[in-house]
Amino acid sequence: MAMLKKSAIWIAFAVALLGMPQIFDTILAISILNQMAIAIVFALSYNMLLGQGGMLSFGHAVYFGLGGFLSVHALILIEFETMVFSILWIPLIGGLFGLLAGLFIGSFSTRKAGTVFAMISLGIGELIAASSLIFSSFFGGEAGISGDRTFGPTFFGVDFTQNIDIYYVATFWVFLATLFMYLFTQTPAGRMANAVRDNPERAEFIGYSARKVRFISFCASGLFAGIAGGLFALNYEFITEENLNAATSGRVLLMAYIGGLGYFIGPIIGAVILTLMNSLLSNYSELWMLYLGIMFLLTVMFLPRGFAGLIMMHQVAWVRGTLTLLIKPYIITGVPAILFTLTAILLIEMSHTEDEIFHFLGMALNTSSSVTWVVALALFGCTFFATRKSLGQLNEAWETANAISKDEQT
Amino acid sequence: MLEVFIFATLNGLVTGFLLFMLASGLTLIFSMMGVLNFAHASFYMLGAYVAYSISLYFGFWTGLIFAPLIVGLLGALIERYGLRRVHQSGHVAELVFTFGLAFLIEEAVQFFWGRDTKNYQTPDLLDFPLFTLFGQEFSAYRGFMMTISIGIFIALYYVLTKSRVGIIIQAAITHPQTVANLGHNVPLIFMGVFGVGTALAGLAGVIAGPVLTTFPGMATVLGSIVFVIVVIGGLGSLAGAFIASLMIGLLQSYAIASDVGMPDLLNLLGISFARDHPLNDLWTINLPQIAPVLPFLLLVLVLIFRPTGLLGKREE
Repeated sequence: MAMLKKSAIWIAFAVALLGMPQIFDTILAISILNQMAIAIVFALSYNMLLGQGGMLSFGHAVYFGLGGFLSVHALILIEFETMVFSILWIPLIGGLFGLLAGLFIGSFSTRKAGTVFAMISLGIGELIAASSLIFSSFFGGEAGISGDRTFGPTFFGVDFTQNIDIYYVATFWVFLATLFMYLFTQTPAGRMANAVRDNPERAEFIGYSARKVRFISFCASGLFAGIAGGLFALNYEFITEENLNAATSGRVLLMAYIGGLGYFIGPIIGAVILTLMNSLLSNYSELWMLYLGIMFLLTVMFLPRGFAGLIMMHQVAWVRGTLTLLIKPYIITGVPAILFTLTAILLIEMSHTEDEIFHFLGMALNTSSSVTWVVALALFGCTFFATRKSLGQLNEAWETANAISKDEQT
Repeated sequence: MLEVFIFATLNGLVTGFLLFMLASGLTLIFSMMGVLNFAHASFYMLGAYVAYSISLYFGFWTGLIFAPLIVGLLGALIERYGLRRVHQSGHVAELVFTFGLAFLIEEAVQFFWGRDTKNYQTPDLLDFPLFTLFGQEFSAYRGFMMTISIGIFIALYYVLTKSRVGIIIQAAITHPQTVANLGHNVPLIFMGVFGVGTALAGLAGVIAGPVLTTFPGMATVLGSIVFVIVVIGGLGSLAGAFIASLMIGLLQSYAIASDVGMPDLLNLLGISFARDHPLNDLWTINLPQIAPVLPFLLLVLVLIFRPTGLLGKREE
């Protein structure tokens, strides 16, 4: 039964992946879906390190980028017919190179977790990003290197000229990578990674080498990051130094953390949210990075387990059947909270814009008139106050919904 | 040759002392809270920007005094209302918090001041060459930077080792419980140290802004270097941070000033490679080219072979 339930989830996942381009079939949507696919594999591989292995890395883009660079080189080799195989296997090449890099770097960096590991990863990340600008025959300097995915043998008649073709290639790899990463968490190595994360000393006492356990997770994580890099190379057909520097490493940390580290599904949620913000929000506001920063800090402060943690918090109430008790309190707090967020965004945007008439949610606001400002500020203050006031009843409702009922106590 | 060496040394010392102003705060904060503050260089950037804005209205000298105070106050508030809250979720969450803070400050700086480089200039009072050596000038402003940094170093050393406050701080690092039992407000001490540390970073920004240019990427440029210094010096060791700062400052300065490289080494060894050799990039590399990489190479080597750093005692 449990087996059936589990395979049902995976079948649903596969159907969702395959069905997405049927629902969202514009060119923009397909390109966003491709980015999402890449981000999901990358964020999941990062979670293997930080969420499951307790290793905070500031240089995870190294494996992503190196895998991507080798993949583009493989594309070039296919183009000049030095090698002949379908580009479907390119992500595997990226993955193997990521694994190789992981084997080498992991051999000395996994001795300790914590700050030492974080610092080594930072150092390696900066080192490789800086060297990539020096060794321009492999990395192509600042311009990066580019290839062409349309060469090589066709795959059952598909020649990979369209982005949608790449989406199906990505789907195949995303499904495979997600499945294997999930299965990894169920292996003894994956279980021990959790044990070493929580208490390396105890793990050592029962006879496991903490370093070896970390090393295995590290290499596996490098492999999957490399696969993500290979997918990137296939999708964009070029890669630059930017894809292995600290900014990319930071972005994957944000994805995994916002999504929720402790849960397998967390990084998937994070990858989806961040890709959407990146590609949609950036059309509406040039300040989207500022919002991302604020959202990230608020997540770290108030939702240490991320969005997945927020969802999972409701499990108890769900099992008890008391979830309906929370609907009304959520609305009471939610309405002023949403209004508060909107006015905050409005104020930020209004102080940034240079236009005299600012369009916001269908309203045309005159930014030079002080009335607009006074009203906006008053609304900002009122909604903040209302949100704070309403938190009490939400807390109360939460306590009741999660309280142990009388027959459970006995 | 000699003048190159002397100027490289002088510039290296200026950079080194400047780096120490950042590293000292970072290492003090680390020894208290056990967390490396990723946003430390962001406070340095804030210092430069705030001082720039003040200098537009009240001149450079007012900025020099008030900008570090404002930055320090902001740092203390962030410790009080942000970091202290995250502290319950453990070290990783704290590190991630400061990382996010660095990200946010960079975005906020672009929001308030824009993306372009600010024309933050050295004061007219110091706009003359201090001395001329072998036909090259050493500006008075660099001399001023060095004086301030050395002054801060001496003051910090004196306060931490001789004054009553310093002794309480040192005790709070190793025995926070005991210090609290003696009636001192340990969280307040932590907040104070965080505030002073960020104020020092802000001061470094104020005096470095005119020379190293004030732009939104200035935190990233220096941020990781300061980390390198703190780790190489030994986490939590002030003396180690001092040695490492000067070492990194001089190392980079010498590497940039030198004109030796791989071709010279190969000549010396009597080896030569064809130009189309696959590793041609490696055989033609020279020292100024790899100057930015050297600190990170040193960092990785130190972490592998001596994870405690030069003078660090702390084993995790």
